[in-house]
Amino acid sequence: MLTFLALASVLLLGIVPERSQAIVIYTGWERHGLVGSDIRLSCSFFSWRWTSEDVTFSWTYRPDGSRDSISIFHYTGGVPYVDNKGPFRDRLEFVGNPGRRDGSILIKNLDFSDNGTFTCDAKNPPDIVGRPSSVRVLVFETVPIQAGVITGAIIGVVLGLLVLIVVIYYLMRFLVARRVFSLSVSKHGKKKKEGPQQRQIKV
Amino acid sequence: MLLLLLGIIFLHVAALVLLFVSTIVSVWVSGDAGSSDLWRNCTTDSLGPDCNPASTGEWIQAVQAVMILSIIFSCLSLVLFFCQLFTLQKGGRFFLTGTFQILASLFVMSGTIIYTVMSPEWVNGNYSFGYSYILAWVAFPLALVSGLIYVILRKRE
Repeated sequence: MLTFLALASVLLLGIVPERSQAIVIYTGWERHGLVGSDIRLSCSFFSWRWTSEDVTFSWTYRPDGSRDSISIFHYTGGVPYVDNKGPFRDRLEFVGNPGRRDGSILIKNLDFSDNGTFTCDAKNPPDIVGRPSSVRVLVFETVPIQAGVITGAIIGVVLGLLVLIVVIYYLMRFLVARRVFSLSVSKHGKKKKEGPQQRQIKV
Repeated sequence: MLLLLLGIIFLHVAALVLLFVSTIVSVWVSGDAGSSDLWRNCTTDSLGPDCNPASTGEWIQAVQAVMILSIIFSCLSLVLFFCQLFTLQKGGRFFLTGTFQILASLFVMSGTIIYTVMSPEWVNGNYSFGYSYILAWVAFPLALVSGLIYVILRKRE
């Protein structure tokens, strides 16, 4: 039974249709960095094939406003080759693990001129058809607002106001009711005190 | 009487469903090269759709927040309607329900207005507005009318 299942799964894997054999590359969408800090650009891929020994990663850089891109990193044949002539010489370091399909690079000492789009292209022979993925790097002097912070803040403020209004409304009702109650108690109490006095005078 | 009740509930639920669909599915602009939403931009090429999260601008986040708030307020107003249906005195008006529903419609209105005004900045020139955008604009008068009906309605036996 088990051998039958194993055979069936191997056969099915072999007949995998052409469409699903595209390699899918993941990088971030946008990365924010502070001037002078280091930034890690991650790149990983999904492939139906086992990770081959000829796996390659390559990073290219296109500055903001320019239409040309230059190649800044290439990993092939088990050896990483970093930029030694361009804008990233001595600032680029390979921190990925190709065996685990990770082709991340580290850029040190960010500068405003590093604003641009970094594209990662990975190939896992024979799985080579795929769309390179790009990550946009934005360099700031101070940390900008993250996605979703403003959304959450607006929702939180409005709901908080709602809860506050409800609480205040019930508090007012409670206070007013208590005041009315204490007033009626004091009136009732006065009547009780006068009662026995009157009786004494009468007697 | 029962018919009136059913009609009001149907109107309210219709507005709520429109709000949900327009916020979640959210094909706010679309063109032949892809579509763009409140939450992500998708472009279609030979390998299939490629989606990326929307930009982190302040205004798109404001539109997201306002649409979610309108859904929350509309749901709250539906719950309040059922509460008030059983606890209100005879002859009373559904003020609270109507207020929440009108607030929800105002939120939808401001969300769609912000999106319309800021859309030249966000989307490609040759994209046109998609069906979720139209659904949001339809949900606004529906919710407004529903809220006004609640404010005018009096509870009979």
